[in-house]
Amino acid sequence: MAPEVLPKPQMRGLLARRLRFHMVTGFVLSLGVAALYKVGVADKRKKAYADFYRNYDAMKDFEEMRKAGIFQSVK
Amino acid sequence: MLPKAAWSLVLGKGGRGRRGMHSSEGTARGGGKTPRYTNCYAQRHYPMPEEPFCTELNAEQQALKEKEKGSWTLLTHAEKVALYRLQFNETFAEMNRRSNEWKTVMGYVFFFFGFAALVIWWQRVYMFPPKPITLTDEWKAKQLQRMLDMKVNPVQGLASRWDYEKKQWKK
Repeated sequence: MAPEVLPKPQMRGLLARRLRFHMVTGFVLSLGVAALYKVGVADKRKKAYADFYRNYDAMKDFEEMRKAGIFQSVK
Repeated sequence: MLPKAAWSLVLGKGGRGRRGMHSSEGTARGGGKTPRYTNCYAQRHYPMPEEPFCTELNAEQQALKEKEKGSWTLLTHAEKVALYRLQFNETFAEMNRRSNEWKTVMGYVFFFFGFAALVIWWQRVYMFPPKPITLTDEWKAKQLQRMLDMKVNPVQGLASRWDYEKKQWKK
């Protein structure tokens, strides 16, 4: 249109390029999110539970609750 | 803003009729002359309107239209541009131009947020009844103490954040 000639734009393979980009990106992002979740949430939670129950004394816990007066069956 | 296709359905009965949908020029516009609403303006979601932009052509433009019926390689650049301008009111670049409308919209939105906040504040002061007993601060404090005594969620939740020796929240 204008006096200078613009470079010819990409005419073919547009959908294929878009699909490839989005599939690769989606795959990488999904794997990344899954890995982060496993480390940041799942493993952290498992560790928290393991640490809590390693030295857990149920009777001591019960005695504390009883002294606080929350039970109706024992005082 | 109704989509173009819906408009052309709605207006389909007047003026052009269904058969007019595929004719490029409105030359045989028999009978009623409907005002041209939107069917001559191209939009981003409807880039090929039914009607050309200019329908009243002076002699020079008519001659150009006759020349267009021949081989297009004979048209000069200026003539091609003139033909484009006859058919379309704006180029793609012009029709897709940005605007500053979003600033106005956001301004109105925030203004009405503020207005609503003032209204709710007035309501809180002059209108609302007293809180239910379970929402008063004393009750909520006693409720929280009871939850800590019961050791609610001791692994990762509420009771895990409370230091039972020092009787305060963990840092």
